[in-house]
Amino acid sequence: MSTLEIRDLQVSVKLPEGELKPILAGVDLTVKAGETHAIMGPNGSGKSTLAYSIAGHPKYQITGGTVTLDGEDVLAMTVDERARAGLFLAMQYPVEVPGVSVANFLRTAKTAIDGEAPKLRTWAGELRGAMEKLQMDPAFAQRNVNEGFSGGEKKRHEIMQLELLKPKMAILDETDSGLDIDALRIVSEGVNRVRASGEAGLLLITHYTRILRYIKPDFVHVFVAGKIVQEGGPELAEQLEAEGYERYVAGARA
Amino acid sequence: MTTEAMAPPSTKSQVLRSFDVTDFPAVTGLEEEWRFTPVKRLKELVTATTLTGAAPGFAPGDLPAGVSLTQVDAGKVEPVLTPFDRVSALAFGAAAGVTLIDVAADTVAAEPVVIRVVGQGAAAAAARTYVRVGNFAQVTVVLEQVGTATLADNVEVVIGDGAQLTFVTLTEWDAETVQAQHVKFRVGRDARVNHVQVSLGGSLVRQFTSVEYAGRGGEAELWGLYFADAGQHIEHRQLVDHSVPDCRSYVGYRGALQGRSAHTVWVGDVVIRAAATGTETYEINRNLLLSDGARADSVPNLEIETGEVVSAGHASATGRFDDEQLFYLMARGIPEAEARKLVVRGFFAELINKIPVEELRERLGDAIEARLAKAGS
Ligand SMILES: Nc1ncnc2c1ncn2[C@@H]1O[C@H](COP(=O)(O)OP(=O)(O)O)[C@@H](O)[C@H]1O
Ligand SMILES: [Mg+2]
Repeated sequence: MSTLEIRDLQVSVKLPEGELKPILAGVDLTVKAGETHAIMGPNGSGKSTLAYSIAGHPKYQITGGTVTLDGEDVLAMTVDERARAGLFLAMQYPVEVPGVSVANFLRTAKTAIDGEAPKLRTWAGELRGAMEKLQMDPAFAQRNVNEGFSGGEKKRHEIMQLELLKPKMAILDETDSGLDIDALRIVSEGVNRVRASGEAGLLLITHYTRILRYIKPDFVHVFVAGKIVQEGGPELAEQLEAEGYERYVAGARA
Repeated sequence: MTTEAMAPPSTKSQVLRSFDVTDFPAVTGLEEEWRFTPVKRLKELVTATTLTGAAPGFAPGDLPAGVSLTQVDAGKVEPVLTPFDRVSALAFGAAAGVTLIDVAADTVAAEPVVIRVVGQGAAAAAARTYVRVGNFAQVTVVLEQVGTATLADNVEVVIGDGAQLTFVTLTEWDAETVQAQHVKFRVGRDARVNHVQVSLGGSLVRQFTSVEYAGRGGEAELWGLYFADAGQHIEHRQLVDHSVPDCRSYVGYRGALQGRSAHTVWVGDVVIRAAATGTETYEINRNLLLSDGARADSVPNLEIETGEVVSAGHASATGRFDDEQLFYLMARGIPEAEARKLVVRGFFAELINKIPVEELRERLGDAIEARLAKAGS
């Protein structure tokens, strides 16, 4: 059973002129396989910074703390090593890669993660099945990665990768934002399938409580001004739905 | 003297034209047309009045029925390219003869015609190639330019009415080769040419492609793919002259640069004359800088003398490797070197797919990957 441990994580964003702007002010969080955690916080509180710095985006600099996956030092790994170690990030804004087809991209990624090429005989079916589950037209396989995809299509493509690549720990950064109700339901069902397998830990980052009606978190963490300010069970999400973040934001300012 | 000087030159299309090299002043490098070119490296090609080196040899494979390749005297073909600079005049005058690739009218060739053009060494040489595609013929012609050469050459292409030509020219020259080439298309009524110009090898390669239309409904698509390594100068210029109504042109060139002092130049001129109503044209150049110290010059130019065009536009973009693309791929477990390969192959994919010869598409994809691997980037 896998465990992701984040201890006193401090992160700055690198500004174009080279200065550092501190964003994360000491984050502590432990996620175990089979658990679903929700991180909820207002815009600009540093949620994406947390997600990206765990994945190893070069824009962020770690200034303190540790991140380990089953005891291995994640922060010492390159971006691709982290993914191969079992980390997955569903991005808030998935990137377009012109000229690279979805089919080629997924086969290359699957080969990299598994350490061997998927079996020709079963791969086509596996891919088709994954696309069907997320109600993506088979024609998507021949399109370029994220190019010309609608917001909803990009997010469904992210969750399709989550199901195909089978990570140990998945961070979903605002997978719900910009989705209509149908797409939200399709995406949530995908996440719930992964959850039901019990093999992955999930860290669901969201601004709204809406997605939590479809995916029931085991733990809720309120994230304000670069750190976790409150923790609880699913009831905390309901309280946030009713009251909003005002109380916490005011507290952070004081 | 055969000069037809139209003074003063007001547009790109109205410059000195002459078949006599001595009508053109010496090239200094300060001229608008030469300002990006390291003219010293062109040596005799810009100073001599004749060239005596051996011209490249032509090695045709099996030619399909209706297609022939012969060496003929200059008098046997009507010039399509009236030289408009010193190098094209030198190539015209100094070439010993003309290599004629003739495609008979109504020929529909199922297989591409692949011809190797082999440089005969560093002694400066001139050459003329003439491609004549008869009315309603459909053919793909590939010229693979390999070996070592110092070469001024003109390639003249006449596409007959209703004919369709896919013309692939590859420069896979050895590292020391210097070439200044002019390619000229005359597109017949309702004819179509699809040119794919791939420039990989050579020390200095400068290719000037021009298009004229002989009748309504002509179409020209000019695609270019180039990859410049350290020290290479690869220059492409186009002049598409719309003087006939209802014709179409599309120019799409893409290049990648890596290594110190890799230099590419793209200058795309499109002229739409007053008579050329109903014209549809677009030109775009994109460059991908894979490392520091490389330089890509990119100048689109559109001169429109009539308001009655269907559409006309241009675009140019030069950028560094996109780190967000790299991050996205690596975040899916793909190692950096492989992720870079995917992105660069993707950058060229649209162009490579224009080549209707699968073996060639694969070879080019591999050649590009080999270039990337060589730099260890
Ligand atoms: N390139 C940048 N330059 C300056 N500030 C940045 C940059 N990137 C992020 N930030 C700042 O970092 C903070 C956290 O951003 P982010 O992690 O995206 O928040 P969230 O995902 O919670 O909306 C914000 O205040 C944002 O303005
Ligand atoms: Mg965010």
